[in-house]
Amino acid sequence: MLNPATEPMLPRPFRVLKVGRETADTFTLTLEAAGGGQGFSFAPGQFNMLYAFGIGESPISISGNPERPETLVHTIRAVGAVTRTICGLKKGEILGGRGPFGAPWPMAAAAGQDVLVIAGGLGLAPLRPAVYHLLSHRQDYGNLELIYGARTPEDLLYYKELEGWRGRFDFRVHVTVDAARGEWRGSVGVVPHIIPRARFDPVNTVALVCGPGVMMRFTVQELLAHGLKPENIYVSMERNMKCGLGLCGHCQLGPFFVCKDGPVFRYDQLQDWFLAREV
Amino acid sequence: MDTPESSLTSHPFLEGLTPRHLSIIGECASRVNFKAGQFLFREQEEAAKFYLINHGQVAVEIFRSRRGPITIQTLGEGQALGWLWFDKPYHWHYDARAVQLTRATALDVKSLMHICEQDHELGYALMKRYGQMLAVQFRVITMQMADMYG
Repeated sequence: MLNPATEPMLPRPFRVLKVGRETADTFTLTLEAAGGGQGFSFAPGQFNMLYAFGIGESPISISGNPERPETLVHTIRAVGAVTRTICGLKKGEILGGRGPFGAPWPMAAAAGQDVLVIAGGLGLAPLRPAVYHLLSHRQDYGNLELIYGARTPEDLLYYKELEGWRGRFDFRVHVTVDAARGEWRGSVGVVPHIIPRARFDPVNTVALVCGPGVMMRFTVQELLAHGLKPENIYVSMERNMKCGLGLCGHCQLGPFFVCKDGPVFRYDQLQDWFLAREV
Repeated sequence: MDTPESSLTSHPFLEGLTPRHLSIIGECASRVNFKAGQFLFREQEEAAKFYLINHGQVAVEIFRSRRGPITIQTLGEGQALGWLWFDKPYHWHYDARAVQLTRATALDVKSLMHICEQDHELGYALMKRYGQMLAVQFRVITMQMADMYG
């Protein structure tokens, strides 16, 4: 979408085409370049710095389809001043954006393998482009499974889309919540506990994991216990990213800058820092 | 033939037990079916059975006045339900309801405890499985309490 090589710190204006409510505090914004121009090429797992004018910037994963570059899609939880402002934008209003930044999910390296996509909470947003890619190149991959967990059924993102994916014969979808009331007929339990239900060949499986830190920690433990190799597990890390270029150091994690070296990391390269506290 | 013994052999909870031990357990086993919505047991009832789920899904619920039932866990094929049979006074602390048609093997807890006392080798084999199940439950509940999506 932008050219980080020449103008990496300069936000470009984007117009809001659509705002959709996902949950009580999470919204999906569909954007287009305010000045027209080319589409927004990105790779699954990358993020943009979105700028609420006069308020500030926030790193937000791209959650749209990488093969539909004419629009840019972000799913955002309203938790701070910037994200609350962005989520409050109306159709036609303008925000700034720069990117795409960061290392993507290893879609090429996963070809020929079974793929486990494991998401918790808002972690499905950066994984959705990977799912789009996997499904549109279905013949290149082995068994595909999505395990997705949220706090309650009301907190699930992309509900209609999940139903659609679940209806496919070539993609198994496991959705679980921590607690449920009413008419929920799905699974109740935590994501790591669902992993034994998935069908995969541990020697030939790549796992893509994104979610809260606690969930990822227990999920990786479970994957390793089921025989996955550390080099076949990829995790997306969240840090306080500011510049997006690995210059400011806000997102440093040991020897890495999450904005530049990540946010997607191969677990074996990160494992010494994955469990480290206060870094 | 679909007998209690055949369903015991194929259930992961009892995997690795000798044919002799499976035969002994089979004497306190019965096949049970529950329609969707039917309760396997309710809070405060005597915890008389230990269930090995062969098919379907069961919701473990806590009932709260004004909020109604809250599902805290679901269990499915290959899992076991009933981790209170060594916890006096052997009463259920929650409800369990079939979410869909569920087939299970029900083990009579008093008979099971009796045979564990009689045959310590079998008793230890069952306790190892029971301990592992409790460890998994503990891990799951710890993660739920951590409210990791908060």
